[in-house]
Amino acid sequence: MNILSQEHQKPAHQSTDHTAYVAPYADVESKDSGYVLYAEMPGVNRDGIEITVEDGNLVLIGQRQPLSVSGEPLHRETRQLSYRRVYELDPSIDADKISARIEQGILSVNLPKAENLKPRRITLE
Amino acid sequence: MNIIRYHNQGRSDLAQTFDRFAALRGEMDRLFDGSFGPVFRTPGSFSRWAPALDVYQDKDQFTVVAELPGLKKEDIELSLQDGVLTISGERKQEKKSEEGYRNERFFGRFQRSVTLPTSVNGDKVKATYQDGILKVVLPKAEEAKPKQIEVSIG
Repeated sequence: MNILSQEHQKPAHQSTDHTAYVAPYADVESKDSGYVLYAEMPGVNRDGIEITVEDGNLVLIGQRQPLSVSGEPLHRETRQLSYRRVYELDPSIDADKISARIEQGILSVNLPKAENLKPRRITLE
Repeated sequence: MNIIRYHNQGRSDLAQTFDRFAALRGEMDRLFDGSFGPVFRTPGSFSRWAPALDVYQDKDQFTVVAELPGLKKEDIELSLQDGVLTISGERKQEKKSEEGYRNERFFGRFQRSVTLPTSVNGDKVKATYQDGILKVVLPKAEEAKPKQIEVSIG
């Protein structure tokens, strides 16, 4: 698989805005027509999603909504950090046609290939 | 400090070497605790996963928060028995294509249990599921709430 051929995991302290991020777990599904990326971002709603394509990189950011709970923590495992992950975009992807949605904390990003790069069947004359 | 090493001075090279091994082992333990702790935390095998979970308390209630991205409400099961809240369910993969896949996420059944420190009113437990976060609010039973007693000084 050579889409998203390389991904960069910048340590949190190197991100430009000095916010601490964690990399979300993500799956990439590959199809003839393109790719679909699923990233786990619990605690993020659509207002917190920021997707940019810059210098051939796809940057996914998910800002968490503050957790509204009453009282003091007795036990804590969740990390209330926002999410960030950068992928190198395969040149076959049509950046203008990237679309995304978030549902119950799963960000799905649809990355279609450019029309002229999709596999096609050639019929003999 | 209560425990003092009696052998601080003039230790043999061998003893120092063993100390270095001990330190290395400590480093390894820390490394494994840090990196693989969450994976090994679940009972069972690698195919299982366990959602991260928080418990909060105020004077009236406990709130249990679990990160469960990508489920349907119907796929989450909650039970309360003998003061133990159990969250379980199954996460199904949205995978449709057989052509290629790169996986980092966990799918399948999960279960977590929390023993609540005091008794709760089981009839008034409320749960919400939003943005992949399950929140369960468990009001404390009347007898478990802190009481303020007025004492008049005569």
